[in-house]
Amino acid sequence: MAKFTVKPNELSKINLIPPKKEWMDTPVEIKEHMYCHPAKIKELNVVGFPNAREWRPADEDWKLPAGWEQTILEGMQSLLKKYRSFSLFMDICVRCGACADKCHFYIGSGDPKNMPVLRAELMRSVYRGNFTLAGKILKKIAGARDLTVNVLKEWWYYFYQCTECRRCSVFCPYGIDQAEITMMGRELLNLLGLNIGWIAGPVAACYMKGNHLGLEPHTIKSTIELFVEDIETLTGIKIEPSFNRKGAEILFVTPSGDLFANPGTYTAMGYMMLFQELGLDYTWSTYASEGGNFGFFTTNEMAKRLNSKIYAEAKRLGVKWILGGECGHMWRVLHQYMDTWNGPADFLEEPVSPLTGTKFDNAKTTKMVHIVEFTADLIKNGKLKLDKSRNDHLKVTFHDSCNTSRGMGILEEPRYVINNVCNHFYEMPENTIREKTFCCGSGTGLNASENMELRMRGGFPRANAVKHVHDKYGVNMLANICAIDRATLSAAMDYWVPGVGVAGTHELVANALVMKGEKERTLDIRLEPLPGKEGNEEVSENV
Amino acid sequence: MKTLLPFFAVITLILLVVAGVQFANLNFLFGVIIPYAALAIFTAGIIYRVVKWASSPVPFCIPTTCGQQKSLPWIKQSKLENPSNLAGVIGRMALEVFCFRSLFRNIKTELRHGPKVTYGSDKWLWLAGLAFHWSFLIILIRHFRFFSIKVPLVVHVIESLDSFMQIGVPLLYMTDVVLLAAATYLFIRRVTIPQVRYISLAADFFPLFLILGIACTGVMMRYFTKVALVSVKELAMGLVSFNPVIPVGIGVIFYIHLFLISVLFAYFPFSKLVHMPGVFLSPTRNMINNSRMVRHVNPWNYPVHVHTYEEYENDFREKMKMAEIPVDKE
Repeated sequence: MAKFTVKPNELSKINLIPPKKEWMDTPVEIKEHMYCHPAKIKELNVVGFPNAREWRPADEDWKLPAGWEQTILEGMQSLLKKYRSFSLFMDICVRCGACADKCHFYIGSGDPKNMPVLRAELMRSVYRGNFTLAGKILKKIAGARDLTVNVLKEWWYYFYQCTECRRCSVFCPYGIDQAEITMMGRELLNLLGLNIGWIAGPVAACYMKGNHLGLEPHTIKSTIELFVEDIETLTGIKIEPSFNRKGAEILFVTPSGDLFANPGTYTAMGYMMLFQELGLDYTWSTYASEGGNFGFFTTNEMAKRLNSKIYAEAKRLGVKWILGGECGHMWRVLHQYMDTWNGPADFLEEPVSPLTGTKFDNAKTTKMVHIVEFTADLIKNGKLKLDKSRNDHLKVTFHDSCNTSRGMGILEEPRYVINNVCNHFYEMPENTIREKTFCCGSGTGLNASENMELRMRGGFPRANAVKHVHDKYGVNMLANICAIDRATLSAAMDYWVPGVGVAGTHELVANALVMKGEKERTLDIRLEPLPGKEGNEEVSENV
Repeated sequence: MKTLLPFFAVITLILLVVAGVQFANLNFLFGVIIPYAALAIFTAGIIYRVVKWASSPVPFCIPTTCGQQKSLPWIKQSKLENPSNLAGVIGRMALEVFCFRSLFRNIKTELRHGPKVTYGSDKWLWLAGLAFHWSFLIILIRHFRFFSIKVPLVVHVIESLDSFMQIGVPLLYMTDVVLLAAATYLFIRRVTIPQVRYISLAADFFPLFLILGIACTGVMMRYFTKVALVSVKELAMGLVSFNPVIPVGIGVIFYIHLFLISVLFAYFPFSKLVHMPGVFLSPTRNMINNSRMVRHVNPWNYPVHVHTYEEYENDFREKMKMAEIPVDKE
């Protein structure tokens, strides 16, 4: 596949007017740079996914297993019986169009099948044709169609052009949630081995090794020890993290992305500095070393299988409760699914902050607290000494992650934290934040490199709102509480709004955090000079 | 095609009545049998739908949260947009059902030079939708004057409110005008907004034409070609008392009105119109966002194969020991 080279000024020429030809008469065209490579056979075999084989999306023949139509229709029947959401959302859409221009992929691509209503109709048309009387009799007049290879390809192409961000669901008068329909669509596609490598790879790695990146236990330890060294350089304080330690009070779980690449690593260092300052009795786990859950982008069962490690490890280590790092879909799963799948966590205690004594009533059965809730409580109770001016070189805006805003509602906590650690904070336009926030464009396992056009198109509305505050206030840092954001928005910013960096909220916290016994800080976590401290010290570029 | 087909379908329905009543003298069929059948199909169909939806469980607690969660006591929770208890959900659903809260949020996304994406307020769909549904409901309630000997008080009150502008004789009901205007707007936006036209199916136009047909015949009967109201009431009372009679001298236009209503009722459970009962069952709106406070139980939750810690340690024991990570088995 040739490299994606289209320039932003070309890519932003978007036509939102749909074509004349009816969508049902327009067969799917699988375009380069808009899709991900298929899953590898061995990745699917590791977790026992069916119909693993070599196939290529661009080929005419997808080598579908015999009787695949039956497999899909029986799968649909089963899902309709298992999920009221699915059953209901297949019936009640009135096609009012309120969702049409709310999807980041539609705004960024103009492809009408990216309007949430139409993406859902791709599935509904097959539902009507096979499960409703009117559809069986009236066919196309009733908006029904048969399940053909072309329809299946269309499903694959467009259900992997949806990041399950739920923005459409906010605007729908019946709360129809395209995320639910995409989840069902992907579940069905998985029955035929039609997964993508960028999801199946991390799933297999997470299943066997405990995290998406496939970091083995000793690698996790050595990675964190590198952070220890950097933190010592920065502050003169040596942290001694513990791994798989039985009897710790708290198990800390964060997405493995935070251990892997900048700027996520800065966030991980931020957590460690905060915990050090608090003297928190916590442990990392190498077995439950993943907060995120790419299984969630395959099947419900796979998501549950991966998620099981968190409670299992908490039980084995005998901790009291679990603290979770900054991540988007991780928190959708922890907040709305974990306890149902793998609970009840009756071997844990209701979370209480050991510093402030605050009881986290909102997490009393799941027993897992979001780190921003934890930190906001610390700040409110005056437990942290913060020097905001250390972030004065940053003009910060905040990107709400889809999942934490629309699948949880954690909106004020991060803003409270940021406002207490930064002097310069500016909100993006109101229709692009909070419950109306835009996806980074690369969620649900679509953060590969071969689908870069899709990612940049999907990231366009978010980036455009950042550009607004960049131009107006000189914003140069996009804060967030999501590991996927840290990885993907960096690329989107470089493409659409050069000059804006991306940072986890706890990176900003750690910059401002005045630690007991620290040496005079001249560098921020990125080992760049702090404001007013430029030239005081030789700066190493080797981060 | 998707516009014309439903249009001519409604025209055909009308011609059917004209033929049946004017020429074939099938008044009993159109005045009694079909209305009964339609009501039976409507009732049975709606029950079937709702039971079918309700028989699928809600395995996970998946509200779409549209505001601040309940977390720390000093952070102001958005109790209606992100409810943490039943009262909040009732409030949220009431806002949704009575005020179309979610549609009120609607914004129009536009791409401008720059490129700059802008989001303008767009309340027309909300306004038209609200006007359409409320006037429909009020008109429906007004019609109860035909179904009881003594006109109920609530109908009187609604009638006088609806006609308070005191225009013309007979008094003009505002809802008649509003319903026609709103339905016309909903039709016009369906054909003029390119995206909405693109997503529309024949099944989106059919109920609109049907309702416009019902409204037009109703308006004609009230304000223009008068029908014998006493006879209409006689027929209606016959229907509700299961003592059906066909009074003579009711104009064919009444039969058209009644037939289109019958078609609407019979069509209802098999169409998108089931959004009416459906909205109440929508899990993204009617659930409490308390999944970390109260465990949500999935009735079909089943044990799955997992990669246990023991298996993991077996894979990595030597590496773990080398790295001085504690292990369970030496």
